[in-house]
Amino acid sequence: MIERALVGKRGYWAWMGVLVSVIGCGVLTYLRQLESGLGITGLSRDVTWGFYIAQFTFLVGVAASAVIVVLPYALHGVKAFARLALLGEMLAIAAVTMCLLFIFVDMGQPTRIFNVILYPTPRSPMFWDMIVLSGYLVLNAVISRTSLAAERDEEPAPSWVRPLVLLSIPWAISIHTVTAFLYSGLAARPFWMTALLAPRFLASAFASGPALLILVLLVLKRLTRFDAGKEAIGRLATIATYALATSIFFLLVELFTALYGNIPEHVSHFRYLFLGLPGGRTLVPWSWTAQALAALALVLLLLPRTRRREGPLVLACVSIFVSIWIEKGLGMVVTGFIPSPLGKVVRYVPTAPELLIGLGIYGVGLLVLTVLYRVALSVRGELA
Amino acid sequence: MTETVKEGRRRFLKLAGLGALAFSARKVLGKVAGEGARRWAMVVDPSRCRWDDGCNGCIKACHAAHNVPSVPDPKHEVKWIWKEKFADVFADQEAPHVAESLTSRPILALCNHCDDPPCARVCPTKATWRRDDGIVAIDPHRCIGCRYCVAACPYGSRSFNWVDPKPYLARVNPDYPARTKGIVEKCTFCVERVDRGRLPACVEGCPEKALIFGDLNDPQSDVRRTLRSRYALRRRPSLGTHPEVYYLV
Repeated sequence: MIERALVGKRGYWAWMGVLVSVIGCGVLTYLRQLESGLGITGLSRDVTWGFYIAQFTFLVGVAASAVIVVLPYALHGVKAFARLALLGEMLAIAAVTMCLLFIFVDMGQPTRIFNVILYPTPRSPMFWDMIVLSGYLVLNAVISRTSLAAERDEEPAPSWVRPLVLLSIPWAISIHTVTAFLYSGLAARPFWMTALLAPRFLASAFASGPALLILVLLVLKRLTRFDAGKEAIGRLATIATYALATSIFFLLVELFTALYGNIPEHVSHFRYLFLGLPGGRTLVPWSWTAQALAALALVLLLLPRTRRREGPLVLACVSIFVSIWIEKGLGMVVTGFIPSPLGKVVRYVPTAPELLIGLGIYGVGLLVLTVLYRVALSVRGELA
Repeated sequence: MTETVKEGRRRFLKLAGLGALAFSARKVLGKVAGEGARRWAMVVDPSRCRWDDGCNGCIKACHAAHNVPSVPDPKHEVKWIWKEKFADVFADQEAPHVAESLTSRPILALCNHCDDPPCARVCPTKATWRRDDGIVAIDPHRCIGCRYCVAACPYGSRSFNWVDPKPYLARVNPDYPARTKGIVEKCTFCVERVDRGRLPACVEGCPEKALIFGDLNDPQSDVRRTLRSRYALRRRPSLGTHPEVYYLV
């Protein structure tokens, strides 16, 4: 089926050309990083994880959020999502691919990465993260491939697919939970050491996921003959609203506990994030932008008048996506390291090579997504 | 019939009991053997440290012995043993009115060789682990450079090689392997010397004998005798890591 991605008009090939050049830049920059070491990033002795690991965390959320179209269709028979489940699964494939690449480029010794398999260590959450992420990739690849082939042959999907679909639902929850456990089990980092981290991750993922999906569907409506329909978009918007409200609520709960409890090492990280500490306030404008965007999106989504019109809905979805990208893709990881256990405030700003490599990985994700959607829509005869 | 069932049960219980006994005997013997084994620890006496004339004896000895690079950029520094402010090392020990002679001195920071090391717990490849004698060791050839251990260490004791360390070595000690970029390293309690019955390089390098090293399992050792007679702090004991570096007050 994949050969269907090799047929297209000029616009399609121009888009692929752009993606390939972005990926090429990323690969060349990565070769430089491989040569000179991770010193070409903005990371340091005190801030040892940054842009790469933060993007990984954010994208695990995007991958997990495929469940918001799969679950209503598989468990509740929501007809509006019948044609979206496949697109959700394909989005998950692209997102997990990016997750794995972001982990890979963060390794100091990438050639030794298979040591994780050669010396399996179940006491390390990283071991489990590897298991759940690669399992999730395989699950979604098998499910989407089989159900698309069935659609092509105008046959019902084989009976063994349904158990896999059902399994993929808790599995989606597991990838973001284990990713949260990566952080929340560390006594050394009070900012992360909160039982609310996994629920917070899931809530923000279920807000940013549908927001992204709505945007993707509206783009597809413009570019192809595929129209998800008003009902599907409306349902996605409702899910995003509930999830966003939950995500904001969780943040307020975190803030109350930390600030009212007033344990210095819990307060200091939030202070760094929202007010800055002597020696560093890099994230302050970003944090407030994220909160303002989240508030704006919530208002736009709560009012039926704005939620049902395409323009304001697009604005709300972009706001949610950017807000949660800032929260998880910038603030969450870096703030855990600032101040350091020895009280140091060390500035971290991603460098140009770091951003280029990251951009290259996003390019790979978009390429995977384009190819998969191209194949899916071509099978369904819905290409422009 | 009932008799045979009972006999069968009795035989089963006997066997199970024997099994359990054998199992616990192994555990007990292991414990006894463990008590006979060593548990290395260090006692730091800040009051002896000759810091005011800029003495760096311990740091120099350690870094020369282990080919620790002197990277000028503080962001890429590699440190095994170094000086920190009292207030930063003991951030959880508010001591507002004690003598300034104690709190104004720099305190030596190094790996605590915890009894329950969080770094070893999170390592996805067992590249860092706790030996039976308590030393938290590193295998530089297995480390994949994920830096999870750095995030997990509550003491900032681990350094990552952000750049190739070799250009930053003034002199290479051929008896100790130099490292490569992209891996994590830290103080090893001089495992290579201790295993041959020698003292750690920093202990030998201190002109004032401010560092005491020894076996906690030996009641007559220097460390045990010192800890019996003087009160000592440990870093962030509330985290349950059980550090084995003690700071005399």
